[in-house]
Amino acid sequence: MKKLRIPRSPKVIIGLSILGFFALLTIFGPYLAPFNPNNTSFAPNLTPSMHHLFGTTSLGQDIFSQTLVGARATMVVALVAGLVATMLSMIIGISAGYLGGFSDDGLSLLSNVFLALPGLPLLIVIDSYLPVNSRSNSLVIGLIIALTGWAWGARVLRAQTMSLRNRDFVESSRIIGEKRIRIMFSEVAPNLLPILASSLLFTILYSIGAYVTLAYIGLTSTAVWNWGTMLFWAQANNAPLSGEWYWFVPPGLCIALVGTSLALLNFGIDEFINPRLRAGGLSARQRRRLGLPRRLRLGLTPVVPRARRLASSTPKSVTS
Amino acid sequence: MRLIGRRLALYALTLWVAITVNFLLPHFMPGNPIQTMIGKLQGEVTPQEINAIRLSFGGGLNGSLLSQYFTYIGQLFHGNLGVSITLSASVSSILKAAVPWTIGLIGISTVISFLVGTLCGALLGWTRGSRLDSLIPTATFFQAIPYFFLATVMLLVFASNLRWFPVLGAYSQNLHPGWSWAFVASVLRYGELPVISIVLSSVAGWMLGMRNMMVTMVAEDFVLMSIAMGLPKRKVIFAAARNAVLPSIANLSLAIGLVVSGALLVELVFNYPGVGDLLLNAVQSQDYPLIQGIFLCITLAVLAANLLADLVYLLLDPRTRTEVAP
Repeated sequence: MKKLRIPRSPKVIIGLSILGFFALLTIFGPYLAPFNPNNTSFAPNLTPSMHHLFGTTSLGQDIFSQTLVGARATMVVALVAGLVATMLSMIIGISAGYLGGFSDDGLSLLSNVFLALPGLPLLIVIDSYLPVNSRSNSLVIGLIIALTGWAWGARVLRAQTMSLRNRDFVESSRIIGEKRIRIMFSEVAPNLLPILASSLLFTILYSIGAYVTLAYIGLTSTAVWNWGTMLFWAQANNAPLSGEWYWFVPPGLCIALVGTSLALLNFGIDEFINPRLRAGGLSARQRRRLGLPRRLRLGLTPVVPRARRLASSTPKSVTS
Repeated sequence: MRLIGRRLALYALTLWVAITVNFLLPHFMPGNPIQTMIGKLQGEVTPQEINAIRLSFGGGLNGSLLSQYFTYIGQLFHGNLGVSITLSASVSSILKAAVPWTIGLIGISTVISFLVGTLCGALLGWTRGSRLDSLIPTATFFQAIPYFFLATVMLLVFASNLRWFPVLGAYSQNLHPGWSWAFVASVLRYGELPVISIVLSSVAGWMLGMRNMMVTMVAEDFVLMSIAMGLPKRKVIFAAARNAVLPSIANLSLAIGLVVSGALLVELVFNYPGVGDLLLNAVQSQDYPLIQGIFLCITLAVLAANLLADLVYLLLDPRTRTEVAP
């Protein structure tokens, strides 16, 4: 299979670097933390200093260490949930779109029901019935989040599969006598790759939000540090009203940064799929190099031909 | 109206799924929630109380699962959602007090956010490639922030430090709830910051969606044609925006669920006396009947809002009257 070209717009580069940073933090964060996040032996409510970069909580825990350690649980749950949800949406969406008929009706109904159910309240109800020991299990929480997050992707994939179903290459493999499963997952699925990637990013984004929210209202085990539990303790100790910004800003900012990086990458994918969106992201200089008009006010939005041409025409970017 | 019939059937089915999940969860989850709850009651527990708890879990818990299920649904139709353990009042009466606050807060902020976001998005799409495009990363950032975090920061900065807004609650504690001018004014005043924070968190979504549709729409022939005809720019933008807004409205029904979920948490930050605040207390005290009641109530509200959005869409786009948009 041909290598997927990544559009080298600044959005994608910024998104990738932020995400890469947090990926490293996920792996190495717990080893880098200077203190044990549960250690309560420091003076409470210290403002940020060299010794405690983000200060300490009112229990005397080091907030910097909590942020570093918390990265892992947050990212792992989000990744598990995102992967499982995307798998589910791929199986259900492609089957519904390709098989048609009764299977389509049934599967579409299923995904529509899950789309209409408000996700977070459902999550809260299910999670509140979980026994305490499985609330600390990242896998269980990730699976439950995936259960509420797959439907949107399935719907998009179904629509796209339906438009691919009657293309010649699918038709010909059908005539050759390929098995249905094979046509669906090795002929149709690779053509859905950009959409799959975008839906993966979207579900990871959703999962981070969902996990952090669950932790924030105290529904995950407080024995596992994640950014949501940090916010939970900050809120429980009235940090916002007593002005302890250093307690809740670091975890919140981390969540926002990871989210932004995922959304920026999603933009990149959108620009990959819809060439008209590419021109919007260019600087005036890049536009001149491509021979595009300086102002894009009226009429057509030019279709920027290829991400790669764009890259090789700008001097500082890496050639692919 | 076939489409409306189909949507109605879908929402009815969804509601049924929600009810069934609600019924099945306490029966099949590991651990015995009823025992947990009886254990939580301090002091002596009379057999009547135990029976009341069982009843609140649906169907009296005697007899077969199926008969319990039907009793449960029957009770729901009578508006009987059980009795809250911690607040010792019926769940429906508790909800009745909280729901108007939430509907007011979320309804107003969703409408504002949709209008502002769509307008900005249309403008951004039209002037694509200009300086205004630098708004997009900012908007993305706001979109990625969890609602409750933004609300917390705003509470700290604007209410607690700068004292521009009142701090917590939905109205001044010195006033008596009622239809007096002072009270209504106080409610509006206390509502400002929560509404602003919900709008700020949710506006980016509408804006980006609208912008992307607008960029595609501006490339259509009819736009080029109207420009060539020399129509005033205002009219051209309006015509393009009117077409570009349709997917936004089609997505409205999906977005409502997300906005509601986010806004519930904003209530929690501001101690707003709505459903979100109630939900947090219920979760923390493991008040299962209340959690379940709230879940059903939110589901019902979201589904009703979805239906409304579908109706609007149907009015605006005649093409959908034959087939549901994919």
